[in-house]
Amino acid sequence: MTQVKRLSLDVLKPHQPNALQFALAVASLGADYRVSLQVLEVDERTETTLVTNTGQALDYPAIEARIADLGGSVHSIDEVEVHGGEDDPG
Amino acid sequence: MPYLRRLLFLLRISDSAQIARRYFVTNGFDGALAMLGLVTGFRLSGNLDLETALWACIGTAVALATSGVSSAYVSESAEREKALQELERAMAGESLSDSAHARAARLASFVVALVNGGAPLLLASFITLPIWLGARGTNLGLPALDIATAVAFVEIGLLGAFLGKISNRHWFLMAVRTSLIAAATAAIIYMLGS
Repeated sequence: MTQVKRLSLDVLKPHQPNALQFALAVASLGADYRVSLQVLEVDERTETTLVTNTGQALDYPAIEARIADLGGSVHSIDEVEVHGGEDDPG
Repeated sequence: MPYLRRLLFLLRISDSAQIARRYFVTNGFDGALAMLGLVTGFRLSGNLDLETALWACIGTAVALATSGVSSAYVSESAEREKALQELERAMAGESLSDSAHARAARLASFVVALVNGGAPLLLASFITLPIWLGARGTNLGLPALDIATAVAFVEIGLLGAFLGKISNRHWFLMAVRTSLIAAATAAIIYMLGS
C-alpha cells in the first residue's frame, strides 16, 4: 500500500496558537507523527511557516483539517516523500 | 480531561485570562464602592429599617450584575468579531468561521461577560450578608451596617493587594491606596450629609 512518509507544507498561520502549540496539535494526530515547524516570516498578525511532518503513514486530509482548525492555511505542498507498497499497481 | 484541555487552549489563544482579570478588578471595584456608598448613605439616614436597606442592596447588586454581563457580552462580542475579520483579511481571505479562533472568540465573550457581571455580584453579596443576617434577627455583636461597611473596606483593600501582586508592586501599598479611595468616597458622602 502506498504510504506518505514525509510532507513539507507552506502554512500561513495566526500568531496564536504559537509555533510550539501548533506543532503539538498537529503531532497529536498520530502516535508516530514527528512535526518540525520553522517560522520563515512574521508580520503583524500572521506567520509564514514550513511545517514538516514525518511518520509511517501520514493522513494528509487530517493534517490539513487540523491546520485549518488551528486557524492556519496550507498554501502549498513543498516536499513530499511517498513509499509505494507491494500491491501498488503503479 | 481532553475537554478541559481544549477549553484552556481556547482561553489561551483568545487571551481571555488577562482580560477577565482586568474586568474582575474594575467591575469588582465598582461593585464594592457602589455598595459602600449605599451603606454609608443608609448610616447617614439615621434609623433605617434593615429590611429596606437589605432590598436596596439586593436590587443594586442585581442591577450591577445585569449591567456587567450584558454590556460586556455586547461589547466583547463586537470587538472579537472585528478582530476575527481582521485576522481573516490577514490570512488572505481564508474563512476562520470553523476554526478554533471563532470558537475562542465566542467563548471569550461569554467568559468575560460572566466575570464582568459576577465580580460586582459576588463582592456586593458579601457586603449585603451582615445586613441580611441583621434583618433576620441574628445578633452580630455590632450594628449590621457597621459590619457591612467594614466588609466593603476589606474587599476594596484586598482588590488593591491583588493588583499589587499581579503588577509586582508592593501589595500592602496598593491595598492602602485603594482603601484611601474608599475612605475618600465615604468622607465625601458624610460631608454632603452633614
